[in-house]
Amino acid sequence: MAFWGGGFAGGWSHQATANAQAFRRGLDGWNDDELGKLYDHRVMVRLLPYLRPYKVRAALAFLGMVGYSVTSYAQPLLIGVAIDAAVRRPPDLSRLAGVSAVLVTFAVASWAFQLVQQTMTGYLGQHVLYALRRDMFEHLQRLSLSFYDRHEIGRVMSRITSDVTAMQELLTSGLLTVFADITGLSVVVVVLLTRDLQLALLTFCVVPVLLVVVLFWQQRARAAFVRVRQAIAVVNSTINEDVSGVRVIQGLAREDQNVRRFGRINRGNLDANVDAGRLSAAILPVVELLVAVATSLVIIAGGLRVLGGTLTVGVLVAFALYIQRFFDPIRDLVLQYTQFQRAMAGGARIVEVLDTRPDVAEPARPLTPADIRGRVDFDGVTFEYVAGAPVLRQIDLHVRPGETIALVGHTGAGKTTLAALIPRFYDTTQGSVRIDGVDVRQLSRTTLARAVSVVPQDPFLFSGTVRENIAYGRAQATAAEVRAAAEAVGAAPFIERLEDGYDSVLQERGRNLSLGQRQLIAFARAVLADPRILVLDEATASVDSQTEAAVQRALGLLLAGRTSVVIAHRLSTVREADRILVLEDGRIVEEGRHADLLALGGVYARLHRTAYETGAGSHAS
Amino acid sequence: MLRLLRFLAPYRVRLLAAVGSLLGSGAFVLLTPQLIRWAINIGVDTRQHDRRLLVVVALLIVASALLRGFFAFWQQYLGEWIAQRVAYDLRNEIYERLQRLSFAYHDRAQVGEIMSRVTQDVESIRMYVSMGLLRLAYVLVLVFVALVLMALSNLRLALVAWGFLPVIGTVGIVAASRLRPVWLRIQQEQGRLGTVLQENLSGMRVVKAFARHDLELRKFEREARALFDDSYRSTRVMALLSPAMTGLGALAIVATVWLGAHDIAAGRLTAGDLSAFLIYLAILQMPVRTLGFMVNISARAHSSGRRIYEILDAECAVREKPGAIELREVRGHVRFENVSFGYDLLSPVLKGIEVDAPPGSVVALLGPSGSGKSTVVNLLPRFYDPTGGRITVDGVDLRDVTLRSLRETVGIVHQDVFLFMDTIRENIRYGKPDASNEEVEAAARTARIHDFIAGLPDGYDTWVGERGVTLSGGQKQRVSIARTLLRDPRILILDDSTSSVDMETEHLIQQALAELMRGRTTFVIALRLRTVRRADQILVLDRGRIVQRGTHGELLPHPGLYRQIYELELGDQSERRGAALPETAAGG
Repeated sequence: MAFWGGGFAGGWSHQATANAQAFRRGLDGWNDDELGKLYDHRVMVRLLPYLRPYKVRAALAFLGMVGYSVTSYAQPLLIGVAIDAAVRRPPDLSRLAGVSAVLVTFAVASWAFQLVQQTMTGYLGQHVLYALRRDMFEHLQRLSLSFYDRHEIGRVMSRITSDVTAMQELLTSGLLTVFADITGLSVVVVVLLTRDLQLALLTFCVVPVLLVVVLFWQQRARAAFVRVRQAIAVVNSTINEDVSGVRVIQGLAREDQNVRRFGRINRGNLDANVDAGRLSAAILPVVELLVAVATSLVIIAGGLRVLGGTLTVGVLVAFALYIQRFFDPIRDLVLQYTQFQRAMAGGARIVEVLDTRPDVAEPARPLTPADIRGRVDFDGVTFEYVAGAPVLRQIDLHVRPGETIALVGHTGAGKTTLAALIPRFYDTTQGSVRIDGVDVRQLSRTTLARAVSVVPQDPFLFSGTVRENIAYGRAQATAAEVRAAAEAVGAAPFIERLEDGYDSVLQERGRNLSLGQRQLIAFARAVLADPRILVLDEATASVDSQTEAAVQRALGLLLAGRTSVVIAHRLSTVREADRILVLEDGRIVEEGRHADLLALGGVYARLHRTAYETGAGSHAS
Repeated sequence: MLRLLRFLAPYRVRLLAAVGSLLGSGAFVLLTPQLIRWAINIGVDTRQHDRRLLVVVALLIVASALLRGFFAFWQQYLGEWIAQRVAYDLRNEIYERLQRLSFAYHDRAQVGEIMSRVTQDVESIRMYVSMGLLRLAYVLVLVFVALVLMALSNLRLALVAWGFLPVIGTVGIVAASRLRPVWLRIQQEQGRLGTVLQENLSGMRVVKAFARHDLELRKFEREARALFDDSYRSTRVMALLSPAMTGLGALAIVATVWLGAHDIAAGRLTAGDLSAFLIYLAILQMPVRTLGFMVNISARAHSSGRRIYEILDAECAVREKPGAIELREVRGHVRFENVSFGYDLLSPVLKGIEVDAPPGSVVALLGPSGSGKSTVVNLLPRFYDPTGGRITVDGVDLRDVTLRSLRETVGIVHQDVFLFMDTIRENIRYGKPDASNEEVEAAARTARIHDFIAGLPDGYDTWVGERGVTLSGGQKQRVSIARTLLRDPRILILDDSTSSVDMETEHLIQQALAELMRGRTTFVIALRLRTVRRADQILVLDRGRIVQRGTHGELLPHPGLYRQIYELELGDQSERRGAALPETAAGG
């Protein structure tokens, strides 16, 4: 079946792949599919320095490799000499003994060289891998949130895992293998040329043919391998999605349809792999044939000359043995060719990450005021995620220490962005945000983090214990302090009911807790961090009434005595705020207390009325 | 492991052809040294002086290479084909199994764990088929025949090879078995490093908010260090053992040369014989060295096979009866008769549930979280089967009808909307793939989402991301309502899904839901009282039992859970009415 091509199914899934890839590319401008150049100077300049601390070891590895190549490729030559000594009449036994001794020495030497080379390469490789990973990770910590808004986590991850591995292989074993192959080839070429020019040229005459064939093959194989990678990516993402969404699928009785669809996608992967497999297999007979042609040419020409007495049998044997080894490094180099391209592409992606400059950079001379009172000022703040499309326009806002501000407005009005500027998740496009009169761009990161706490709408918990999660913002907190924080927000009762209390291990993202419970833990975290300024995105997702009441109580406590900026969704929060800001289109359009704004009869009053009517309307219908 | 053979069975013919090619290629691999030996002997043997014979041998070498190449191609291609095919069949079976397994399975299983089985374990089976099974057979045949041939030619020299090759093979196997636990640890450590990384990147907002980069870096370094230690350990073992194997091979060659040369000097052996021996040694070294890896691949495939069969053998709790009937022309009369349910028999989740929902009526389920509301509605499309009692639709037991017809009858709007990575159009017609564009648009109109979609640059052909990232919560919900509307189910399940959106969206959703519910028997899981007021009957659940039932008017005057919830939630009248004020800008 389908021996000579993908057919319809293959074509279909290639199309699907292309669509999905194009879609993802559009999101962040990253292109992960292409193979790179054979040699990318920019990448090497940037990444070769990772070898610098290991100069001596790298040199040893290099020497070991050269030594190994020379000693092992000299072997057929020595064997030839041994045979010549043996076939001579009378046999030259002392010479035989001498050559054998050299052979043993070479065997031992090649063992020692290889040991040195592999030990050093292993050492280098793992250290470079570790250093590259660590640097990338550290750099990722520095990158601002705008980077994470643009890039999918999975793709960032693949850069720090598989791309780094590919690059490490290239920097260590890859480069060495290439050198080893080239050294080996040179040794063979030199030996053959010096032993017998005519036979050597006969051997080499198949090389151009091999190169042409291989380069032609390479082009087709390359495309096939790219398809293989894409096809398996689609298969895996389909399974991932359809397992995650299995409840919806069964609810809609889509199983049969999905099984058929997956069959097609899976088929596309099969076809791509079988195509690539056929290409890989096809190169075998060609190489075999060329080796045989070279061998037979040497045998005819060499054999005739042995018969004519102008060549010793030892040289002929040496040639026969060399031909077997001559093509290995060539084949190897061809394989390395693709590896190189892949690694270079990976390297280019690594460099792209490492060279991404954080939009929000730590100031050169950070200020670390000891005492923060909690005044927040926005002066003429404009902010754009994308140039030319301001999300905030000329915001002027002055918050007194201890004041509670509620932000209200439609989706996209700019509430979240405004709140995110206080902890300096982003830098303003124009204007400045100041805390106690100091521009946040001048504050050190730790000072800022101690002054401002953020409670996001969907509380993010780390895997680890409940205690670690509460103490996330203050690692040195004592057990008693953690408990006090949990009690303050009313999280203590449910935590103590957990099997191991505060030491209960949370599953990934705290899946074993309800949303309300996760919120309470996030509150406890903020209470323990005890910031002067609190930025809170009120959760809107449904929790049951009891939890809701607990969250409300905790919220009151959390806001008390701090400067608070709350993206408000609950009417009670809004009503108790010292000041309400109504945002529309990136501007503050109304400002005041609940009653005043209602009386004003503007945007706020309309928002409030819609809420009221929707509530009433749903009863009536 | 033996059960894996079932996957090979359909490809018997190709498997035989592969084995045939393998034998053929092996035979010609072994023939070439014999030809070279012959040629060299002709050259050395001054008595023969036969030039023509030399050309014949040379031609034979080329011919043999042609045949060897031919067989090698088929051996590799067929091996790859069969291995890929087995992986393909495995993936199909696993996928289908996963699609059919009921909720009980998916509640326990983790997506990451399933994915590692579908990717890594299937891959290791594929490797096993191509490298372990076929390649191992090839190596064994090759080594055996070569050793016999060598013994026939010169026993003394053969004994050298007999001595060295098993040692090299053993070193390889020992190395692989020593490394196996290290490799397993490396795999786990890679997984852990991935988890730390994933968590760090997903939680970047929190990390930044608390400036805990130092802590995160320490966590990462700890895992990266563990991975480093084991990776380095494995490279050290390899660095010790792999040169040892090369060295042993080189020594075998020296010994052969030494002994052989003396035999030549003594006239017991020709130069050609010796060359053949040396080429055999060269040919055999590589496969013998990799023996350990092949054994390893087999061992890994063994545990992978077990993990895969855990999925394939998973008991599907909800099964279709043989001869199940189609549920047709449903009026929508739903009855729960003394239904009980438990995930295990010891701790029932539901006890003695009695519900009678006449066609077109609205039933609201209310109660604290964990009271069993979701479980009740999950029994209706048979996501789970009751452990006691029965559920009927128009008097027919759910277990007597086909799953497909049942699930076409029951539509669900989930609270957590899941959109597939596809266009909006495909998402809307996800449950009815043959729906026309007009039908899709009509459903979108009714769900009050058409205007929004039409306003997008790509309209209905707009892609929505992995979890519909480009749409807001309210938009996703309305897409999901359109999806359900398109299927026109007689019975409807609504998970109170209207709390996380702004007021205007809320209003649109209320309108859409009202349209959706018209004329259908509806079960609503309610978190807010406002949703339950219009119900024909309200069921108040507590710890798996219905503790109160009636309409709002009937329930409110009596003390009980309903009034408690009511008072708790309505502590502030306007708070209730404006329960959802403006919305989050998440995603926007």
